[in-house]
This record gives sequence, structure tokens and C-alpha cells, in this order.
Amino acid sequence: MHRRRFLQYSAATAALCAAPRVAIGQSPGAPGFIDTNVYLGRWPFRRLPLDAAGRLAESLRAQGITEAWAGSFDALLHRDLDAVNTELADTCKAHPLFHPIGAINPKLPGWRETLRKCHETFDMHGVRLHPNYHGYTLDDPDFTALLAEARKRKLLVQIAVRMEDTRTQHPKVAVPDVDPAPLLASLADLPGARVQLLNALRTVSNALLLQRLGKFDVHFEIAMLESIEGVRRFLDRTPGTKLAFGSYAPFFYPESATLKLRESILSEDELSALQFKNATALLPT
Amino acid sequence: MIWDLHCHLTRALRGETPAEKAAHLIEVGDRHGIERFCVYMGIEWKRDPDPDNFPKQNDDILAAVEAHPDRLFGFVYLNPKHTRKSLDELNRCVRDGPMVGVKLWVAHKCAAPELDPIVERAATLRVPIFQHTWIKTTGNYPGESTPMDLAVLARRYPEVPLICGHTGGNWELAIPAIRDHPNVSIGLGGFDPTAGVTEFAARALGADRILWGSDAPGRSFASQLSKVVGADVPETDKEKILGGNLKKLLTPILKNKGMEV
Ligand SMILES: [Zn+2]
Repeated sequence: MHRRRFLQYSAATAALCAAPRVAIGQSPGAPGFIDTNVYLGRWPFRRLPLDAAGRLAESLRAQGITEAWAGSFDALLHRDLDAVNTELADTCKAHPLFHPIGAINPKLPGWRETLRKCHETFDMHGVRLHPNYHGYTLDDPDFTALLAEARKRKLLVQIAVRMEDTRTQHPKVAVPDVDPAPLLASLADLPGARVQLLNALRTVSNALLLQRLGKFDVHFEIAMLESIEGVRRFLDRTPGTKLAFGSYAPFFYPESATLKLRESILSEDELSALQFKNATALLPT
Repeated sequence: MIWDLHCHLTRALRGETPAEKAAHLIEVGDRHGIERFCVYMGIEWKRDPDPDNFPKQNDDILAAVEAHPDRLFGFVYLNPKHTRKSLDELNRCVRDGPMVGVKLWVAHKCAAPELDPIVERAATLRVPIFQHTWIKTTGNYPGESTPMDLAVLARRYPEVPLICGHTGGNWELAIPAIRDHPNVSIGLGGFDPTAGVTEFAARALGADRILWGSDAPGRSFASQLSKVVGADVPETDKEKILGGNLKKLLTPILKNKGMEV
């Protein structure tokens, strides 16, 4: 009896994960199920079970994901970001589930050329920033300059608010969470700039701030969204904000994000917004 | 079979009363097939509750368990700084009441001698002790135990089932710290779903010493379940971790209370 319950659960989970693939991915011309927050390369502090691109792709596909936007863990500490981005682009070419999102550090000399390559050489649709590991805040003029340049190129700017719970960081590499509040001022001067905050929703919980950010083209994703029925609660508390799907695999078990969709009762429109519509809106037009 | 070791009745849940909040917890848990929920501490918490406060928190749990006796297991919340009252609460809620475990949080470090009378009484009643543990890079609360503190207690009471809550947060440090104490299991709930934790624990401890819990409603069931559903361990181990081990741990007290298991 107990074993049967368990198997029912497993089957139900499999059905949930399979549903988007059947319903969306296989209908011709449909946009698919997009994971906006994955990483390739090596997490600096431990090996992860899925830190090989092939295994990660296989696992995400099994969850129904048809497209994954990938940054590189190497971006956190490496200084030669051109090399990091080249390797990322090559890996994504070998595993076409992944779309590369280049790393930029606006505190490094030459970041404009790195950005140009991301756009023109690698044909990336966005860049990913790690301000806490790179030592700047979002009121830094170099960040604002990058935001302006990305806007000119119609590139999405993803900002990782945290990579890890600050309580579990390596004591010699302990960095604070990124405060997104200064974005309000920079975005007021840069209409049309598109930003997505990654790993934001456990730390940034002020509904008023979230809604003010959402009035600009600032998007969120669910990887670190917690609490019971977290997705439902977020949509109810901050109506109008744009929420995309993000797993933060392979640092997190990818099932964490897909099971969140099962935990909340969502309308068909809300589900399709989460699975691909909101992500698609972040792509260059 | 999924049994959740670690739940609360705090504000994130709908409703005003403990019974209403528990109903919401169960409603959402049902979407994942969770059959049983261990609940502890009241609707409002205190890190170092005085002798008047923690009995009130236990009253919340008693009310919830009374409303949902077939779905909830209550653990009694104690403060080892107040020995007399803690022992009274153990008698009221476990010996003479429906509760089946002990919850210790961050009032007092668990290696302290003040724990002894509580552990001895819990052993007599045959209930496990869930001890919150963390190793925080950012610094622990003054009375907040680490898994290393729990190992000290486990050495004094090698026969008493102890649970290392939150797997210490920093699980690569926590699991080796309690590895040599077979009476210590780890509680998988209440930290980020960092990939590899369950595989690491299964290698170091064996699946029998891993207990799944969520720490809902502060956490989602989803993120916490992924630690088992997504782990690269055999299906038979997943069944143990998701409920079989907890059922085994609670069997003595459930039998004592004449509850069907
Ligand atoms: Zn808890």
C-alpha cells in the first residue's frame, strides 16, 4: 500500500514533468519550455552531480525543458572572461539545448570589447553579471555604462543576486547579496533596458520594491522562490511582475523548480507565461 | 509513502487558528502525496522562550493535532534553560498527551549538561529528539547548536535517537561531524536544494540515517522534495528517506500510544 502510494507519486511527478514537453514542445512551431537560469563550467567549491554539460542537458530534457540559458560558473573568479565566454559558446554549440549567456565584469578594463564579442562573435542574446563576486554595487557608474551599452545592442542583462545562501559560503569567499534597489534610478534614465534578476526571490521579498522594479522591464525567475505555494503567493502579492522559469541547475536539483509548478494552482495562462511566454519576451525583437 | 519530519504552523499559512493553518499545510502537502506531517512550535516563535511561553506554543500544536489526528504528529517544544517546566511539558504533551517527539531550537547549546534530564526523560518515553543545528559562515546565534555540539551529546547518550536538523546547513562539515554516532540521523529539510547533498549523505551515513523533511511553510515542499526525487540514489533508498526511516523511528512511541502504524 505504501509502496503503491510512492509509485503513484513518482508517476505523477513524471507526468507533471512530461506535460510541457507533450503539450508544448511537440506541437509544431510552439516555443517550448525555457529555463532562464542554468550554469555550465565548474562551481568553484564542490563538484556537482550534473556539472558535465551532457548529463545536465539530459536531466533538463527529462524535466521537459526544451531550451536553457546558460552562464558559466567560471565567470565568478576568472579574469579572462573572453576565454570563459569562448568555452561557454563552444559547449553550447555541442549541446544545442543550451543558449550561451556571456559573462561581463564592468570593473575589468576592456569590458566593452568583451560585450561586443558576446553580441557580434557569439551571437548571444544576453549577458549575465555577478556584481557581488566582482565587487561593485548597482549604483556604480561602470554598471550603468554597461546597462546603457547592452540596451543599445538590445541585449538582455541578467543579474545574479546571489549564488549561494550567505550562511553556507566559503569563509574566505563570503560575498553579500546584491541589492537591486539602485536599479530603480538607473532604469529611469534608460527606458527599454531589459533586466532579469536571477536567484533573487528568497532575499528580495519586499513586495513594494518588487512591484516598483516590475514597472520597468525587470523580470524575475523562480529558482530561489521559497515558502509553501511560493509561485501562487508571489503572483498574488506582486501582480503584474513578470516571472519566468529558472532552475539554477546544476547547483540546485532541477526538480526543485519543476515541482514548484505542481505545488501551486495556476491557470493555463499563468503556466504558459512561466514556462515560455515571459522568457520569450526577454529575447531581442 | 511520504512522511514530513519538519513542519510549522507559522504565518505563511492561511487561517487564524492552528487547526486552520494545519488544514492549509495538509491541502498543499496532498498535491505531493505527503501523508503525515510532524509539526512543532506555535504560530508565533521565540528563540529563548520563558517558562510561560513554550507551553503556549505547545498548546497550538495540541490544538492542531486534535483537529487532524490522522495526519499530524506533534513534537513538544522545550527550552533546556528551564528544566522543571521542560520536564512538565514532556509529561503533559508526550506522556499524557498525543505528542511523539521533542523539538529543541536555539535557546541553549545542546552539548550543555542542562540537556541531560530532558534527554533521559525522552529516552524513558521512547521519543526521538529533533535538535536544530546550523554551521553559519555568518555566525550562529549565541545558543544555536552545531552538529559538533550534537556529536558531544550523542556520545553521552548513544542509545537515544537524535536528529541533526537542517543537516547543519553546511552539510559537507556536518555529516562527517556526526558520522561516528549511529544514533544520530540527519534531517534534510530547511536549507537550499543544493545538488549532491543526499548522495553525499547516503555515501557517508547510509540511507537509513537520512530523514526527509521540508521546513514548510517557510520552505516549499517542492524545493525540499527535490533533494530526494532528484538524487542519484536507488529507489529503495528514496522510499526509506521519504518516510520509511521516520516511521521506523516513531514506531516505539506510536505503539506505546496504541496508534496504528
Ligand atoms: Zn524549522
